Amino acid sequence: MVRYRVEHTTRYEYGGSVILSQQLAHPSPRAWPWQETLNACWQLEPEPSWRHRGFDAFDNPVEWFAYYLPHTELHVHLSLDVAVHAHRPPCLEGGIDVHTLRERLSYHGTQPLPEDVVAQRYAFESPHIRIKRELAAYAAECCPPDVPVALAAAALMHKIHEEFTFDPTATTVSTPVMEVLAQKRGVCQDFAHLMIACLRSLGIPARYMSGYLLTQPPPGQPRLVGADATHAWVAVYAPGVCDHDWIEFDPTNDLLPDTEHIAMAYGRDFSDVSPLRGIILGGGDHRPHVAVTVTPWSDFSEEGPDISG
Amino acid sequence: MSTSVNAPLELYPLHLGRYDESRDVTGRMRAGWRDLLTRLQNMAPKALNQRLAWIDHSLQENGVIFRPHGETESHPWLLDPLPLILSSKEWGVLAQAVAQRARLFDAILADLYGPQRLLTQGLLPPALIFGQHGFLWPCFGLRPVAGVFLHRYAVDLVRSPDGRWWAIADHTQSPVGLGYALENRLLVSRVFSEAFRELQVQRLAGFFREMQQSMATWAPVEPGEQPFAVMLTNGPSDPTYFEQAYLARYLGYPLVEGQDLTVRAETVFLKTLNGLKRVHTIARRVPDENCDPLELRSESLSGIPGLLTALRAQRVMVANVPGSGVLESTALMGFLPAIATSLLGEPLKLPSVATWWCGEAPALDYVCKHLDSLVLKPAYPGQDFPTTFGPALGETERARLLERIAAQPHAYVAQELITPSLAPVFDRRNKGRLEPWQVGLRLFAIATPQGYRVMPGGLTRVGPIERLPLIPMRRGGATKDTWVLTEGMVESLTLIKNRLGPVDLVRSGKNLSSRVVENLFWFGRYCERMDVAARLLRLMLLRVVDVDEVHDHEIESLARIGVELEILAPTQADRPLLQRMLDTLFGLEEENGVLRSIQNVLRTAGQMRERFSADHWHSLNRLQRSLQVRRDDLSDVLEGLDRVVMLSASIAGYSFDNMTRDPGWHFLVIGRRLERLTHLCRTLARILDDPDSGRLGGLDWLLELTDSLITYRSRYSRQAEWLPLLDLILFDATNPHAMAFQVRSIGRYLSVLDAEVPLGPEVGETALPNLERIAARILAFDPMRLIALDRESAVALRTELEALLQAAYALSDALSRKFFSHIEAHGHQTLGI
Repeated sequence: MVRYRVEHTTRYEYGGSVILSQQLAHPSPRAWPWQETLNACWQLEPEPSWRHRGFDAFDNPVEWFAYYLPHTELHVHLSLDVAVHAHRPPCLEGGIDVHTLRERLSYHGTQPLPEDVVAQRYAFESPHIRIKRELAAYAAECCPPDVPVALAAAALMHKIHEEFTFDPTATTVSTPVMEVLAQKRGVCQDFAHLMIACLRSLGIPARYMSGYLLTQPPPGQPRLVGADATHAWVAVYAPGVCDHDWIEFDPTNDLLPDTEHIAMAYGRDFSDVSPLRGIILGGGDHRPHVAVTVTPWSDFSEEGPDISG
Repeated sequence: MSTSVNAPLELYPLHLGRYDESRDVTGRMRAGWRDLLTRLQNMAPKALNQRLAWIDHSLQENGVIFRPHGETESHPWLLDPLPLILSSKEWGVLAQAVAQRARLFDAILADLYGPQRLLTQGLLPPALIFGQHGFLWPCFGLRPVAGVFLHRYAVDLVRSPDGRWWAIADHTQSPVGLGYALENRLLVSRVFSEAFRELQVQRLAGFFREMQQSMATWAPVEPGEQPFAVMLTNGPSDPTYFEQAYLARYLGYPLVEGQDLTVRAETVFLKTLNGLKRVHTIARRVPDENCDPLELRSESLSGIPGLLTALRAQRVMVANVPGSGVLESTALMGFLPAIATSLLGEPLKLPSVATWWCGEAPALDYVCKHLDSLVLKPAYPGQDFPTTFGPALGETERARLLERIAAQPHAYVAQELITPSLAPVFDRRNKGRLEPWQVGLRLFAIATPQGYRVMPGGLTRVGPIERLPLIPMRRGGATKDTWVLTEGMVESLTLIKNRLGPVDLVRSGKNLSSRVVENLFWFGRYCERMDVAARLLRLMLLRVVDVDEVHDHEIESLARIGVELEILAPTQADRPLLQRMLDTLFGLEEENGVLRSIQNVLRTAGQMRERFSADHWHSLNRLQRSLQVRRDDLSDVLEGLDRVVMLSASIAGYSFDNMTRDPGWHFLVIGRRLERLTHLCRTLARILDDPDSGRLGGLDWLLELTDSLITYRSRYSRQAEWLPLLDLILFDATNPHAMAFQVRSIGRYLSVLDAEVPLGPEVGETALPNLERIAARILAFDPMRLIALDRESAVALRTELEALLQAAYALSDALSRKFFSHIEAHGHQTLGI
């Protein structure tokens, strides 16, 4: 088990006065079997005109907030302490194979397994995910029908990591997945979307995971890519693998997440879990400054960090 | 093209293997049809002709248009005068079945956006729901006001040869057609008023009254609040904007766009001239995914950010709830019988056309074997696949289609082809004959606290037999009124207030949205601009036609004014003046040209169409056609300009004679006065700048341009001279074309407005006093200096007029800052990562 302090700051300094602003944010992690939230301190400045806590359709905690008076900046700060337990499955063999899963998920007019119905929420197109023959063809060699789903997904993750270049200048938050496939460059969000789109095009449900990565690795280990911002990876529906139904894969780093990934939320794709999305009236230039640091408690003094606020 | 008859009506022979709406298999006319057709046959052809022509004329005058989905051109709405007649017995069964189907869809929505038992029990394939972009996850878990998801529902029916009705399409998002059905009814019931009364046709008004009452009953009001409903539109670019404006006016709901509404703390408000006014109910005509850019589709910024928070808090009722479009997938039809049994405990009363969803292996198998007798449709609305008719497929197309289906079977659905029934339609080519056309019927249901209620009538669509696909709304098809007979008494009631006598252009000042006020202001300005441009060109053309030396000089003076007012293109060596005039008239290059101004008038009017009475709208419609003339025929062109000037007067007349004096009206008039003032200042400043003006041939043309010639003549009976002329068009506050009149009116109307909506310091303490101060200086100008108007005096007067012009612009800007949209209409999306 590893304890972390996450500091995530988003700062908007608008080019002009914003007269109305409506925002939707994911202010704290959802409950995960392998992760405890020790403290989540979520601060907004200025204080909004209205705010409301709740859960989204996928049960992630969300906060809606709004400003009805003119303002020129917005600071959002999340300070988070979590404990992450090792949960990487010891092996990927076993579990259901690709063909059997597809067969199980197709409709037969009979009562399906409840978990299969839930899994199918993540099996089709969504705002950032397309289902296309080209995507299925790209992944086909990794996913023959008789191979266990988890192994097939691992092969696909390797292939993407092998063939794609990490390049923060190549894409934006709204680059279509087909364009990512064509140019073979992108960032963690693009690789996660691509892997999800490939799997869904083959009929395998896959979720988009959002969260953070340890910023500075322990001595002797390489620094993980994408650690200075929010991170994205994938969870694949592979029932029967070592008591897990969903197995996580990080195509950006070509590994199975364990204790260095801090998970916040999941959804069908980025659009469901974006940390902070809003609609503003006025404001001129509105590019945010985002800063993320993830520090293990071991880097602080013996008693751990000050968690009082 | 108009429908008319020369001889008594002649019926066509019955078609074998088809149900005929008017006659049974033995050729005997069905109830109702006999009375109507006999009556028509006994009518003198001339009388019948007149009535039929009146329908076409009225549709055109009312500007009833329709734009088929996916097309860019609007078509005139075609109405066949013969209604489709349904007996009361048949109706009873059908209405119950439609009401049950609406109830079923409401229950399905409640399940899909809630417990999803239909999926866990295997009654619906998850692929059909989760695979649809129309299933809106942000609405998952939403519990609407009164638990009602589906307020409005429409179903398309066809009748098979055995006489049974089958559902072929369901409309659950924001059904189109109620307004068109109403318009059809108003015209047909008037043309066949005797038969309409005698046959005891059920009235429609009760249905709309119940719609209003249900919306009011369920409105989530707080104690002491009056329920307030609006109709949400995408705006004039929407293919069915005509209908939206029509319904909004009929129901008395303000027609608003997304930018007119704002959400504050889970509460929806309309931005009005008097501040924010709470909205309890939204009858929406915008697509599901465009309702809330914050949570739904952020590329579309046209919706209302935060609307879903208000819906979740049950602080607003939206009809229908966003996300209801998910049920429009044809593929659902095959699953409805089992769902009805499970959710309602009743068998499904209205059968759907036999439907096979290819996502099921046995269905796929059947479809592949029987493709030749089926119609193929996309399983997901919005999917890139056109409705495809099996019998029409060639060998290679067939093979390609099968391949496409095999690759993604769950995306396709097949339906049995039904041979629709036939009904008599007036033959538009061979007059006096009736020909058989295929019939499709759209019926409408609404939720009420007493259950679903079906409109006793509907929108009947007809198309020629030879076209296999029944898509009669396209070119070549037409519509009919639908008469439901009754045995009891007919309820008589109408909500329409605007058919008889003079009516109000603006019905209520209280709920005026800032956008409407802005449109009214600009409507006033553009009307004046159009008037000036048309007058100026008419004066010039008259002088071109009637050549003499004086006229040549006047034309030059007028042309200079035209260029100054941006009505006419600047002088160009290679373009003769006449060419410039005609180009200006029919082109759009000049900022204030005639055609451009006409378009601006129509555009601003179109943005608030629900605020215009039918008669007022007729004038606007005629305006649109007024310049359809032969360009090479100057007398024809002049007639066109005459029409513009006349219609301009008639539109102004309506505005002054028939509008209530609410704040909106004041803005219209102030706009008009400000525009006239600026034209006058610019014209006079230009003339004073040019010492030759008026030397040769006098200044009569200036009096004509300002429509003051008759007054001048009656006062002075001599050629125009500077002092009396300037007295008339600058100082005479009784002349509606004079500067003094404009300034005084503006001041008076603004002070009336101030009592209802405070003007604020910028308008009330700066811009308006400034305008009045400069006007007062001009009024105090020494008349002695105006007699001969020497150079120095001309320059002095010109300087003052230019100052007045700037003050008028400043006032217009101040008004716009204070009362109109303060900043860009749509928001930006921001994303933090």
